Amino acid sequence: MDSFRDKLIPVTSILLGVVVLWYIFAVVLNAPFQRDLDRRANETSGTVEFIGKTLSQPKPTLPAPHQVAVNFFENTFLRPITSTRSLVYNAWVTLSSTLLGFAFGTALGIIIAVGIVHVATLDRSLMPWIIASQTIPILAVAPMIIVVLAAIGVTGLIPKAMISTYLSFFPVTVGMVKGLRSPELMHLDLMHTYNASASQTFWKLRVPASVPFLFTSMKVAVAASLVGAIVGELPTGAVAGIGAKLLAGAYYSQSVDIWSALVAGSVVAALLVMVVGIAGRLVDRAMGGRPA
Amino acid sequence: MNWLKPSWQAVLAILLCLVALALGAMSKPEAAALADPAASFDYSYFGLKTPMIGLAVLAGLISMLRISSLAEAVVLFIGAHLVAWMLISGITGFEGTALAPYFLLLAAAWLLAWRCVAVLSGLRPTAKGERMALRLIIPAIFGAWILIIWEAVTRGAGIPFILLPPPSAIGARIARSLPVLGADVRQTIFKAVIFGYVVGSSAGFLVAIAADRVPFLRRGLLPIGNMVSALPIIGVAPIMVMWFGFDWPSKAAVVIIMTFFPMLVNTVAGLAASGHMERDLMRTYASSYWPTLLKLRLPAAAPFIFNALKINSTLALIGAIVAEFFGTPVVGMGFRISTEVGRMNIDMVWAEIAVAALAGSVFYGVVALIERAVTFWHPSVRGG
Repeated sequence: MDSFRDKLIPVTSILLGVVVLWYIFAVVLNAPFQRDLDRRANETSGTVEFIGKTLSQPKPTLPAPHQVAVNFFENTFLRPITSTRSLVYNAWVTLSSTLLGFAFGTALGIIIAVGIVHVATLDRSLMPWIIASQTIPILAVAPMIIVVLAAIGVTGLIPKAMISTYLSFFPVTVGMVKGLRSPELMHLDLMHTYNASASQTFWKLRVPASVPFLFTSMKVAVAASLVGAIVGELPTGAVAGIGAKLLAGAYYSQSVDIWSALVAGSVVAALLVMVVGIAGRLVDRAMGGRPA
Repeated sequence: MNWLKPSWQAVLAILLCLVALALGAMSKPEAAALADPAASFDYSYFGLKTPMIGLAVLAGLISMLRISSLAEAVVLFIGAHLVAWMLISGITGFEGTALAPYFLLLAAAWLLAWRCVAVLSGLRPTAKGERMALRLIIPAIFGAWILIIWEAVTRGAGIPFILLPPPSAIGARIARSLPVLGADVRQTIFKAVIFGYVVGSSAGFLVAIAADRVPFLRRGLLPIGNMVSALPIIGVAPIMVMWFGFDWPSKAAVVIIMTFFPMLVNTVAGLAASGHMERDLMRTYASSYWPTLLKLRLPAAAPFIFNALKINSTLALIGAIVAEFFGTPVVGMGFRISTEVGRMNIDMVWAEIAVAALAGSVFYGVVALIERAVTFWHPSVRGG
């Protein structure tokens, strides 16, 4: 754990620096509006009092960290989780479509990767398109999918999950193709000398070899999936979800709400990536992998 | 049977054609005309039906003869695409009336095209130019067939326009509204994306150099940068819109934030990429920090830096378009997409997406070309 301790001090000090900078910026950015307020109220306040006021505006340009923290804490722990203002509730709405889309996307990605590895025609014709599709701003389709599906009566979880699927299957496909092709010629020849059939080679050599690649790409995919779900909530004027919180905050200039929704989204993302990472390590250990 | 080499695609295609022939009418007007021969109906595929089925069967049969692979591919290519073209042009004016044989013929043509691609992927030409051409033709046929099936199915089955317009309608829409699309591209790409991309990437690069100079900074920034790359940064869009207003600076700000971290992480990784041997060599030359950086470590980091530039090219477009969902002046690609969706002008949305896709590919392609020119020494570029 030496490297961990090596990192701990720099990381915490940089994070502290960010917080300090944040406070300074909060004061600077909120000051003009506060000065305006004071002039209208005909108040003159000392420097310390003035700074205190800039850090406790109800709708600040940049909310101070403690305001965000208080808002986040209130909306996460103090509200009943059934309340539509609860961040837990909203995070759950986003999380459910993220997970559904992620599951579909991973399955689809694996199926396509298997097809590409085994059918030469698909490899030559489909793979260039998959790579090209990475260069396309796919998120732009999100609102259309939502609205069009709503027009034919499909609403709720499925449309958002479709966007997540769309975003998450590319990394999985690319990673799995790489993984399924990762066994060296030597190992493939060995399977050949065992007179292994194509399916035996697949299950006993290619699949185990691809597992590390799968989990690496799943980490990317789950993050993309969450972004897809959040963006998917924007165009419908969705009622619930982290994206909806962002949009509502933008409409009513509730900057503190936006920031705490952002924090919630980041927490969810970090948790998801961590869970996938832990699952990867567990699977690796169950398969007999040793730390290199 | 030495002169025959059956392929399942061709056999299946011929069988589908025969079934289509047996089922009779291709479309509802034709079925009505067959049921009542006295009345004269104007129906689709009046004289086209026999040539179409004949052509598909013929192409399938010829492809199974023992001829050279190239000839086989050419026959299949011509057969499949002629049939598809006749199918699509025949349905004009009779949208939504297609019956089962129409789709069977479409499937047959698609199978022939598949066989064509399979034959082409089996070719192993020796000349470099031919290999290059094959690498372009095979995906091109695949892409063309996605469009063909899309067009034929949407028009044959009469799928409602607001659900999925056929590609031809989208193409017509693009041609019709070039000025609007041009204005959107100017607003979103030439103002927000380019500015944000350049500033964000260079800021990431400079911070990476600073982090490289100060190990303390590197140890702290790298885990944070890795962490941040998993976060939904796109969520800062509403905040940026609040701060910088509706016009392009707020979008550029989102792009800057989104492109900063990939560049930072990749450059730091790239600066660690040069080997010990080379660095020792530079030390024996008594080269100080900056010459080592400029002459050894930055060139060695170039593949990583270009990787970040490529990732950023996509992120920048996404950032700018999504940021426009939170408020814009009445121009811009994201604005157009969200308002035209609201007005159910789905063809305009598709036109905008096609333009975005084109812009994204061109952007990526330009970065890739510059990469090839700059990292000409790298094995992945040099290797043939």
